[in-house]
Amino acid sequence: MTALLVDSSTATGAPVRRRGGGLWAAVRGSRKAMVGLAIFLVFAVMALVPQLFTSVRDPNALQFEPGLGSSAEHLLGTTALGQDIFAQLVYGTRQSLVIALVAGFFATVLSVLVGVSAAYLGGVSDETLTMLTNVFLVLPTFPLIIILATYAGKGTLLVILIVLVVTGWSYGANQLRAQALSLRNRDFVESAKVRGERPSYVIFKEVLPTMTSLIVANFLGAALYSVLTAAGLQFLGLGDPNSISWGTMLYWAQSQQALQTGLPQWSLAPGLCVALLGVSFALLNYAFDEIGNPALRPVRSARKRRRLRARRTRAGGP
Amino acid sequence: MPYLLRRLGFFLLTLWAALTLNFFIPRFMPGSPLQALRDRTHNKLSPAALEQMLTSYGFKPNENVLVQYVDYLKNMVTGQWGISIGATLGEPVTRIVRQALPWTLGLVGVTTVLAFLLGSLIGTVAGWRRGGRLDSLLPPAFVVTSALPYFWVGLLLILVFSVWTGGALPSDFNYDSGMQPAFTPAFVFSVASHALLPAATILITSIGGWILTMRNNMITTLAEDYVRMGRAKGLSDRRIMTAYAARNAMLPNLAGFAMSLGFVIAGAILVEYVFNYPGLGYLLYNAVQNTDYPLMQALFMLFTVAVLVAVLVCDIAIAILDPRSRERDRSGR
Amino acid sequence: MPAAPVLEVRDLRVEYVTTRGAIAAVDGVDLDVHEGEFVGLVGESACGKSTLLFAIAQLLSPPATVRAGSVVFRGRDLVTMTDRQLRSLRWRDYSVVMQSAMNALNPVMSIGAQFEDVLAAHTQMSGRQMSERSVEVLRLVGIDPIHLRSYPHQLSGGMRQRAMIAMALLFTPDLVIMDEPTSALDVVAQRSLMVQIKDLQRRLGFAVVFVTHDMSLVSHFSDRLLVMYAGQVVEAGPTRTVFDRPAHPYSRGLLDAFPSVRGPRVPLTGIPGAPPDLARPPAGCRFHPRCPVAFDDCSHVAPELYQVGEAQARCLLHAPDRPAATAPTVGDEKDEAVEDEAVEHEAVEHEAVEGEEVRR
Repeated sequence: MTALLVDSSTATGAPVRRRGGGLWAAVRGSRKAMVGLAIFLVFAVMALVPQLFTSVRDPNALQFEPGLGSSAEHLLGTTALGQDIFAQLVYGTRQSLVIALVAGFFATVLSVLVGVSAAYLGGVSDETLTMLTNVFLVLPTFPLIIILATYAGKGTLLVILIVLVVTGWSYGANQLRAQALSLRNRDFVESAKVRGERPSYVIFKEVLPTMTSLIVANFLGAALYSVLTAAGLQFLGLGDPNSISWGTMLYWAQSQQALQTGLPQWSLAPGLCVALLGVSFALLNYAFDEIGNPALRPVRSARKRRRLRARRTRAGGP
Repeated sequence: MPYLLRRLGFFLLTLWAALTLNFFIPRFMPGSPLQALRDRTHNKLSPAALEQMLTSYGFKPNENVLVQYVDYLKNMVTGQWGISIGATLGEPVTRIVRQALPWTLGLVGVTTVLAFLLGSLIGTVAGWRRGGRLDSLLPPAFVVTSALPYFWVGLLLILVFSVWTGGALPSDFNYDSGMQPAFTPAFVFSVASHALLPAATILITSIGGWILTMRNNMITTLAEDYVRMGRAKGLSDRRIMTAYAARNAMLPNLAGFAMSLGFVIAGAILVEYVFNYPGLGYLLYNAVQNTDYPLMQALFMLFTVAVLVAVLVCDIAIAILDPRSRERDRSGR
Repeated sequence: MPAAPVLEVRDLRVEYVTTRGAIAAVDGVDLDVHEGEFVGLVGESACGKSTLLFAIAQLLSPPATVRAGSVVFRGRDLVTMTDRQLRSLRWRDYSVVMQSAMNALNPVMSIGAQFEDVLAAHTQMSGRQMSERSVEVLRLVGIDPIHLRSYPHQLSGGMRQRAMIAMALLFTPDLVIMDEPTSALDVVAQRSLMVQIKDLQRRLGFAVVFVTHDMSLVSHFSDRLLVMYAGQVVEAGPTRTVFDRPAHPYSRGLLDAFPSVRGPRVPLTGIPGAPPDLARPPAGCRFHPRCPVAFDDCSHVAPELYQVGEAQARCLLHAPDRPAATAPTVGDEKDEAVEDEAVEHEAVEHEAVEGEEVRR
């Protein structure tokens, strides 16, 4: 969970990409990004068409013999209650992905709003917003979430999403504010102002596009945070125990002592999926760091470079 | 001076926000402490006794909310945290907390600081020696470990080292049941063996993040002119790496440490839950399950204070290490 | 100056290894510096002058490496020396002054601590001796010794630069290499710093290699002047000669960009076009696409450095086997009053180069 801390720390000074332009090419060139993307795509497909992966239609129904081990019919065996573990896994993908993307998206929107406004409004507004951000940042949000989730009646999905957004925006807001501040004094912003453009134009057409890579990195970070925190909450039993998700699988597995009763895959498989989804976001996030700050890119050995160059010239030039 | 005042103001504000949240959440959510208490005591206690228990932590349903609020703040700050109304019915909250505190401090506190220091050290060396085979293998590996959920790593370790080994390493509680706490070697050994897996869990998941941030910071710092100047002056590699590069690269890391404490607490709660380790996190979970409001409030305040103290310590460390920060205004302009 | 040169650079070639291939930022440069000589190295951004400087001082970092050539300092080739051997020479025999003291001084150490660092690294001085020496060099540049306790951000820009120069003189080296030390300063501070540097040089007798993009500034203080373009030296000679009668069209263009404030009005001329992409330099003479007097041969014959009176120029116009005559001479429009106008020049024509992001 500490993956979120790996930020480029060059939010203020690094050479900044002017437009989203060569971003795709850069992503393609980074092995980490490709692995992360691949993992994510697999999960996306699983979420969209679970029928492709398993023949079970209702994963929560107690329709099989309980406690079976792995077999051809049940790839991961069955739970102590008689459900196909693999089917649950596949159908559970949807909720986790939804949580990651939706909570991540809204948290990022909030971060951008607060961060960029603080940078542009300046003065008292800036002070207030920054103070607000810092308070949220420091408040121990996990205990808060636990308390909130309990009181809100054993968390429906909506509650969890709201809670995640409310607690997840503050980290990004600081970073975005720092970058927006530094961009404020850059030439292209100055020239827009001198041309007489309205502040809203300056913000939307000049500043935000330049901050694209940081915003994307923030989104990935927020998604990662949401996935892990939601899983943690559901694991503790604070989600909806009847929903189909990885977190609730973990909850049931834990309450049925899966590890100790010879059904470790019941606990470990959903956990592994959470881990993999988290890892895919973390890899993409890290790759974005490297894109934004070329100094961090892996130094390829001279031999590899020559091979690369040879391959390129054979293919007809870069 | 204004910097210090500003920080102090920030701390007080945060503490106040936490306490206020703590106060209002139970009152706006469905369910009520009175009902919960009645259920728990199976209607055996008299209304007067019930009311006395509730007021002990500031819940006076018949009084003006504002008066309650002020009383509550006063109580929290002076350590009058009332009596537990959860599973440990009747016990003073302060006693419960005092029993659990050292275990969390020991397990979570020590491992987190260790992970930070060790991670920063490894990251420094990794950043210094760029380009080796190690450098292309390690970062992805640590990116992966730093994204693993705490509880999953814990479960995995339990499976491998406890279940599969037939109980060679304990996976429950903080020392063997039946033992009396004392400074005997047997007890110490028991404590250590029970702490091993949880500590490993925390270490594995958190060290990756520190290694990577420090490495990235080092790489950025090594490109600075003053590092080149250090080489020009003919200083030894070790001197450049420490006094010129690491000392500057460390600063953003320290700032990040303060911000990471939110995750540390989340990790503490999850790890203690998985291992049934009776620390503050475990306590919080149980308190929530049992709607033990007094205990919940006290714990939430404690967590907030702990984070603020850590932030303060980091601030002081940065002030010592970075002469620019002593004069810089916090808004970063 | 008949004695052996302090520094002899021969045929130095520095390459940057990039994804597009190897780019030669410095391509076959020769340079001599004699005892106590002040050598100015002039050129546009990205012409390779800073790379050359770092290559001489053995301060290159990947992806830049020295591909060929030698840098002989007092008879020893620095290129072939190991790090350990170099270390004993560093700062004692030659030191470096960088462009921006704010970036070149360690922000978390006091000035005094940074002085002590280098003193301790090379000598066995006691604490008191080190602080005595530190006070001494600070006095040399006119800084109150109380600032030994100050941090870099607490000093003004001019003071910081002077502190860097003081640090460079801790061992009174034979050679001090300076990379645009005045570019980050305002015009007034620039001039006073230059005067101070020249004065120190005369007093302590060290040689200086001074890199800058500002030809007129350095020409008042240098003994010899070298002009660089696209990684090569295109003109070299005594300052007066190069300044008054530039033999290479590029040097002439540089000077024409700073017309004198007094004297007859002449149209302001620049050098059209932009410096070439060093990954694919032009064939023949590298300057020919922008040259006002280029002719056929220039696009396929690469000129060497040819002797032109007391100077040398890399221009086919001066090739010994070429029929001369068509080389237009400069200096006709220039006043003798040029020397007095240097200050006004700077006041009118200087552009701020702060924050220029040049990949050297």
